Amino acid sequence: MDAYVVSVMIFIGIWIIMAMSLNLLVGYAGQVSIGHAAFFGIGAYTVAVVTVKLGLGFPFDIICAAAVSGIMGGFLGLPALRVRHDFLVLATIGINFIVVAVFQYTPALGGAYGIVGIPPITIAGVEMLGTGMLIVVYGFAVAFFLLQAALLRTWFGVRMTAIREDEEAAEAIGISVASTKIWTFVLACAGAGLAGALYARQLGSVFPENFGFVESVTVLTMVVLGGAGTLVGPVIGAIILGGMPEYLRFIQDWRYVIYGLILTFLMIFERDGLMGRDSRLRRLLKRIPTGRRSDAK
Amino acid sequence: MTGNLLDVRTLSRNFGGLKALDQVNLRLERGEILGLIGPNGAGKSTLFNCLAGNLRPTAGTVAFNGHDVTRMRASQRARLGIARTFQLGKVFPSMTVRENVLTGLGVARYGSFWRSVTGLVKGADHMDRAAEILRQFELEDQAAVPVTDLPMGFQRRVEAARAIATNPRLLLLDEPAAGLTHGEAERFADMVRGVRASGVTVIVIEHNMRFAMQLAERLYVLVQGRIIAEGPPDAVRQDPGVISAYLG
Repeated sequence: MDAYVVSVMIFIGIWIIMAMSLNLLVGYAGQVSIGHAAFFGIGAYTVAVVTVKLGLGFPFDIICAAAVSGIMGGFLGLPALRVRHDFLVLATIGINFIVVAVFQYTPALGGAYGIVGIPPITIAGVEMLGTGMLIVVYGFAVAFFLLQAALLRTWFGVRMTAIREDEEAAEAIGISVASTKIWTFVLACAGAGLAGALYARQLGSVFPENFGFVESVTVLTMVVLGGAGTLVGPVIGAIILGGMPEYLRFIQDWRYVIYGLILTFLMIFERDGLMGRDSRLRRLLKRIPTGRRSDAK
Repeated sequence: MTGNLLDVRTLSRNFGGLKALDQVNLRLERGEILGLIGPNGAGKSTLFNCLAGNLRPTAGTVAFNGHDVTRMRASQRARLGIARTFQLGKVFPSMTVRENVLTGLGVARYGSFWRSVTGLVKGADHMDRAAEILRQFELEDQAAVPVTDLPMGFQRRVEAARAIATNPRLLLLDEPAAGLTHGEAERFADMVRGVRASGVTVIVIEHNMRFAMQLAERLYVLVQGRIIAEGPPDAVRQDPGVISAYLG
């Protein structure tokens, strides 16, 4: 396969993991975040530090990245206990700016110059480049997808959905809203950390500007485009928006205009996204007689 | 420790300068249906919120089944056995009727993260129990229907069914007859009696006096945050204080 195509597919795979992780927070638990790239960055910087400065290898670097992002997500999710809806959105934007500023102004993290020289993943002495990395990324994406599907069948899945639907009613049936929010932030941010770790390993370098507000908006657009609160929606959103700039390079400069237009049109015409519960696409797929098409929780 | 299921002592709740509840004392015996009546703004829902844990009282104590629950959150009280419905109705709108009821069955698993991530929702025992509760509330034909497709009367039943799924000792019903036709209210009252017969103690807040008088065995009358009368419906109906303050 062409190296360029493989590289594009690897980044799409990373976006898929990012979008799925944000979907846990936004789609299932109803906690809208426009700061998810902060945790993507924490994962990427963790891998950069533990591989370049501490010499840690795969899979321990990935585990560290997911753990650090998850723990930070738990702490930084604390505002979600105090604020809801639009105030939470503002709080998460603030978190994103703070984290990027920390990357930018911490000499140990390379400041504006970032950290370079991150080695590729090595498994059994073989460097995972090109197709090897593609397999690793999609292996993690499939594992994350399956874990998420399993999670939604547990009582924790009910906890997340219930607080999205009505926090007071959820409390009334014994669900601790605070604990559910914190754990969802932990899981979602650990997922973002995993994506960030793979990103750093693929790119070989990390810079503060790679994890800013624009990246957070991009991943949120993927989730909303595909269908928040559905299993496959964010995957589809990530494939479309992750691949689009690469294949339609002439719109590269207009990318964010297009993201904005997509969000605006979706809010007007297809609020639940392409694969939303009652979307046109889902209705169309339901007419196809074979196979189960319903994955909406 | 007390023989009463619920013991409320000198409970007060202020909102700024407004005394929504003022030194309320209330006791509830096991197995009874207690009515709480009063005009609009009397403090009925505030009292319910203090009992269920949605509001912290300014002063006073709430003891449930011998435990002081005054400082406990609503979710902790629910896990101890206090279930409730809401005045304006709070079903989970994106779920079907069956899914709404199933959510209540997880109450024992909601205490810790690890317990909740290791239990599957649709186990056979849960499905059987959900089916049993749906039958009890005459909802079996609507089990797979999205709950928001149902009229208000059915949604009230779904909410009560979800509360019963938590296996409570005490059920708090906040104006369950609001928005129901006379016939629907009668059927709902029969279901509440069925709940009591299964060993659950019930408190009903009701604005609909006829419904409350028919259903409750004992009534408390709340006016401007204070209990002004207590006793069997017939006695309360003839209480001069109640007549002047509430019934007119």
